[in-house]
Amino acid sequence: MSALYTDSMMESIKKVEASRAARMATEPRRLTADEKDALLKEFHPDYNDASFAEIKVGPNKGQRAPLQLAEMLHSTSRLMTDKVDISKIDYDVDVLVIGGGGAGSSCAIEAHNAGANVMIVTKLRIGDANTMMAEGGIQAADKENDSPVQHYLDCFGGGHFAARPELVKRLVMEAPDAIKWLNELGVEFDKEEDGTMVTTHGGGTSRKRMHAAKDYSGAEIMRTVRDEVLNLGIPVVEFTSAVELIMDDKGQVAGAVLLNMETGDYSVARAKTVVIATGGAGRMHYNDFPTSNHYGATADGLVLAYRAGASLLYQDSIQYHPTGAVYPDQILGALVTEKVRSVGAQLVNVDGEAYIHPLETRDVNASGVIRECREGRGVEAPNGRKGVWLDTPMIEILGGEGTIEKRIPAMFRMYMNYGIDMRKVPILIFPTLHYQNGGVEINGDGFTTKIPNLLVAGEAAGGIHGTNRLMGNSLLDVIVFGRNAGKKAAAKYKDVTLGNMNLDHVAAYDSELKSAGCDTGVVSPKLLPNYARHER
Amino acid sequence: MENMVNVYFFGKKYSVPGALTIMAAMEYAGYTLKRGCGCRHGFCGACATMYRIKGQNELKTCLACSTKVEEGMYIASIPFFPTDKRTYEINELEAKQQVMMELYPEIYSCIGCNACTKACTQSLNVMQYIAYAQRGDFAKCAEESFDCVGCGCCSVRCPAGISHPMVGLLARRLNGKYIANEAQHLTKRVEEINAGEFDEMIEAYMNKPVAEMQDLYNNRDIEK
Repeated sequence: MSALYTDSMMESIKKVEASRAARMATEPRRLTADEKDALLKEFHPDYNDASFAEIKVGPNKGQRAPLQLAEMLHSTSRLMTDKVDISKIDYDVDVLVIGGGGAGSSCAIEAHNAGANVMIVTKLRIGDANTMMAEGGIQAADKENDSPVQHYLDCFGGGHFAARPELVKRLVMEAPDAIKWLNELGVEFDKEEDGTMVTTHGGGTSRKRMHAAKDYSGAEIMRTVRDEVLNLGIPVVEFTSAVELIMDDKGQVAGAVLLNMETGDYSVARAKTVVIATGGAGRMHYNDFPTSNHYGATADGLVLAYRAGASLLYQDSIQYHPTGAVYPDQILGALVTEKVRSVGAQLVNVDGEAYIHPLETRDVNASGVIRECREGRGVEAPNGRKGVWLDTPMIEILGGEGTIEKRIPAMFRMYMNYGIDMRKVPILIFPTLHYQNGGVEINGDGFTTKIPNLLVAGEAAGGIHGTNRLMGNSLLDVIVFGRNAGKKAAAKYKDVTLGNMNLDHVAAYDSELKSAGCDTGVVSPKLLPNYARHER
Repeated sequence: MENMVNVYFFGKKYSVPGALTIMAAMEYAGYTLKRGCGCRHGFCGACATMYRIKGQNELKTCLACSTKVEEGMYIASIPFFPTDKRTYEINELEAKQQVMMELYPEIYSCIGCNACTKACTQSLNVMQYIAYAQRGDFAKCAEESFDCVGCGCCSVRCPAGISHPMVGLLARRLNGKYIANEAQHLTKRVEEINAGEFDEMIEAYMNKPVAEMQDLYNNRDIEK
């Protein structure tokens, strides 16, 4: 069928095809709690101690972090060598939002609507964010057989009972309103003729509550909220990265030092409240995994907040999405949305065996794929990598011809670009680095626990998902906690009187690094991954 | 040895592995990308690119992240294109043909050359969705334009100066907000939550010991 698949791959596909009818007649068994625990311990990359280091400085000293994040936490600031006069104020606002993704944009809209003078700074363009790339959907318990309480149970249990209850409560209770808000901004959700939302399962959901906009769910949300930010005339300073928070002598945050990514010039933003909405960390390539994340996902916000004294939570918990593209090479690590499984595709090994239920939680399914490959039941691709099959032709059999193009057009397009017709042949997948489960610790209102006027929203925040996030809870998280941060910041700034601005914390952190013997030879935050190959 | 091909970034020749995308090939050549690089997986439209194969006349458009290099490619990325977005208050609009006439009147200057459709990196029928917009058929315009990533290659090629992605976006917002039927169950659930119907049950869950929550979770019924 496909010229890109080798003979041995085609032989395996014959087995996949031969077992298809039987597999479709029975649903694979769900694992017990004990079986899941055992699988995770043996195969999940979070249990690979060699990929973590102990944090030597700051509030989380003594805890562990992925090697690449620890390196950033153990590095000093650009501002130790580049001197910036912070008394020259370039921007003066009530609310400074760092990050122009889904959380930052919805935050800015709500802060603006509450009457605050708000500004977004973002490293690349507004909308260059993981939100744009979220494909499968967004959860909300809005159907008759469902409730926010049921959603709470799924989220809390799926996250191994480690999430902060007050954060899970906000997530699930404000979910339906988030969908309504988006819909009223004009986001096109998949609906029946009468307006009923089309909802499906995601891994670990006990009710069908996944709302989607085909498989461009995040893109549809992002382009709409971005359009609204522009309609409202909210200033957006693009290609400008926050490289350090500015503090005052009362222990409050007072703004940020900004770096023009193109000219290398610095500027200063003063603000009465600051919201960190800088997103994830996929481009740090923890455990040397490829990633589904956008180009700027380098954990900048964690470094900024940490240096200013905020604590992290679950910084050692990483989500590997079970189905990243492993072949062809050009799309290595690209997300193959969980929706492919929601609409019927099974995970199948080299022998044509559906070795696991396709809608276990992501950590469990990722561990399952790794187990199959490590124990010799994976399929080898021409690039030397191994994976298991995602049996996409099942979708057309289950939903009728045309289902793939209608429900997952982006996936269809991505594979057809390289000559693979997923309607006819299965596709090969392996886990890809997808999400930072942890982040900066926040309280139930979205504020950091250490700095009174600093908020964090979206993927940069920790504690909402415990140590494993469910599909559809991240798009939800960025909207719920983004909106919340905007409202809370707009209420808070009125009570803030800034003292004398300073960067003392940067120097203090540098001394702490020196005392701990940390010398990485690089500065942080990272801002962009080093992909350029230089011959010199 | 890998299969190497010769490509020209902004006119300068580089030898790069033939299996790479244009984006990866630029990085292989030593570029550190700032402009023209976003999601890297075909969703954000940051990497609009034009190229011409040496010896061929046709000027092509693509996304650098999703297109393999070819021998003799002359490549120019489009770091920014001044797409003309009009601003509006979404709550004050009506889903009527007049909206397009007022906000994007230039769509009626379309000369039907179809250059937009030929330039579309997503293989959308761009001219058709503009035609739907002209007629005020926003539902069809929304459907036809849905997969747009806003790279702007259509607008680059348009002799009428139309900002097609912005037209599609307006149509989708109008369709999502005003034309598609309201989800009654959603409105009802929001009201129930606001009325405090779930407060007590949520509080109860928040205060249960973990062992009890584990039991509830492991034995919950899962909708078929």
